[in-house]
Amino acid sequence: MNISVHAPVFIVLLPLTASLLCLFCSRINRCLGIRLMQLGIFGSLLSSLYTTAEVLRHGGATQHYWMGNWQPPIGIEFSLDPLNCAVVCTITFIALLVSFYSESFLTEEDWLHSGGYYTLYGLLVVGLCGMVITGDIFNMYVYLEVMSLSGYGLIAMGGKKSMLAAFRYLLVGTIAASLYLLGVGYVYTMTGSLNMADIAVRIQPFTHTPLFAFAVACFLVAFGIKMALFPLHGWQPDAYTYSHPGAAGLIAGCMSKVPAYAMLRFFFFMFGVHNVVMSNLMNVLGLMGIAGILIGSFMALAQYDFRRMLAYSSVAQLGYIAIGMAMGNMYGYIGAVLHIINHAFMKCCLFLVIGGITYRFGEVNLYRLGGLNKKMTVSTVAVCFAVLSMVGIPPTCGFFSKWYLMLGAYEGQQYIYIAVLVVSSLLNAIYYFRIIEQMFVQREASLTEIHSPHTKFGLPMSMVLPIGVTGLGILVLGIYSMDIVTKVIQIGLPEVLLR
Amino acid sequence: MEALNDFLARRGIYTLVMILFFLGVYGMVLSKNYMKKLMSMNVMQVAVIFFFLCFAQKEGATVPILVPGNVNPADYINPLPHALMLTAIVVSMGTTGVALALLMRIKGFYGSVEERDVLRRASK
Repeated sequence: MNISVHAPVFIVLLPLTASLLCLFCSRINRCLGIRLMQLGIFGSLLSSLYTTAEVLRHGGATQHYWMGNWQPPIGIEFSLDPLNCAVVCTITFIALLVSFYSESFLTEEDWLHSGGYYTLYGLLVVGLCGMVITGDIFNMYVYLEVMSLSGYGLIAMGGKKSMLAAFRYLLVGTIAASLYLLGVGYVYTMTGSLNMADIAVRIQPFTHTPLFAFAVACFLVAFGIKMALFPLHGWQPDAYTYSHPGAAGLIAGCMSKVPAYAMLRFFFFMFGVHNVVMSNLMNVLGLMGIAGILIGSFMALAQYDFRRMLAYSSVAQLGYIAIGMAMGNMYGYIGAVLHIINHAFMKCCLFLVIGGITYRFGEVNLYRLGGLNKKMTVSTVAVCFAVLSMVGIPPTCGFFSKWYLMLGAYEGQQYIYIAVLVVSSLLNAIYYFRIIEQMFVQREASLTEIHSPHTKFGLPMSMVLPIGVTGLGILVLGIYSMDIVTKVIQIGLPEVLLR
Repeated sequence: MEALNDFLARRGIYTLVMILFFLGVYGMVLSKNYMKKLMSMNVMQVAVIFFFLCFAQKEGATVPILVPGNVNPADYINPLPHALMLTAIVVSMGTTGVALALLMRIKGFYGSVEERDVLRRASK
């Protein structure tokens, strides 16, 4: 009996077990619960790295894990290919960093508060990872709900206005989940199957029917709401702004990327992009993406709350992923996947920094951050990397995803996308460089210290390290992006793009 | 009359389910009270559950229980959508529970669950 064959299931099983035990352990000792949860997420990271190595060793062939050895299409399976291995490694890595980061926010709370926080946090990780690695569309619904419900809880823990934001997100998120379930129903009536690989084969005779169009529209709106695509993004700025500052890095970094990944999985791996319905849908998706990029950027320009500006910037960045998908060719696809990974790191880094500033000074207004480079050196340097990456300056990773998106637009002769990408990069430069200007150039703002630092970096070590690592990660992802593309993403291209 | 009969027999139940679904969405958008919004959300979820139960039906089929003679798939209804909906019901119960907990906190903090009052106090 070899334990390593069970590595795929450990990705969700370890954080799930840890989060179920976390509250009891916190009752015994507050620290025990926290460490248990971190251990669970670390185990999850190790198993996802092992699985990735295994997939790459087999030359990118999909690895299947059958639950209880029931074979698909009857049983539920976890199917791992290079695409979702890359995404799940990103998620578990960020989750581990953020789990260390949020310790400092909970030192003054009682066991119930910190135990509850980490329980919800672990369940959020379970939902995110499960949604990525599952090979069954109903199983994905369950993980989607696990992710959403724990997300509502974490957002509601943020403070005063967060309950309202969480409740609104709950209403809108439930519409998304119901539409997803409707879509599953339509796909099931057409194909009689819930397994993704099986559906991809069986759905081909139906691709011209109205039923197929309706199912695809349901999925588009459902994932569009969850990933905050432009006209469906109304819940998102409030939810990101008022969410718990400790968990905001994971919520903003990963919670909108995973539905984007799911949309990619559905459209490219199950429905195919070369039929009439899907090519029309791609145009709609492209329009939504363009509108999201422009309006998200303009709205971000108008904000003075740092977190709200980042939230609107997320709307714009998700638009990049949408137009990458809408191009429907190989480079667009690579750009979209790369941007899912890169943007998770960039946004996580920025939210970690603003969380740190909130922790030390209780300040979120971006015009009151003058002279911060002397007080919080590591954080401001990390912000520099993230900002350069958001704008798309070469050695950082943001440049490369934009590069592939431009290549895709050029290959598909959709020059409007190139124009939008250039304009939005300029807008990004305007609203992100003013942060740099505030932090490095402006004279010192009078900030009152809530938690005075004991270290020379201006923040507790458990916060400085995650910030530094995500900041460095942006550079490393940029330098090794060629390897990521050729060795991971390109060997897992969907079949529709290879023809 | 014939056409109406035919329509009701083939599509009637789905039309009703669709009306129920959009009634739920309508209620969520237009009601001014958060509790009513929550109830409309439940109506919407129930509509989806009905939809699954409807398409599992077959004419002249019996319950999907293993008894002698009941082995032909055409003779019993499809049990899988029912099993899926058991999960969906549990999930919708969980969602309602979280929503009610949030509403209690909102009520405690703002003193009301009327959208008008809450927004007025939130903007202060």
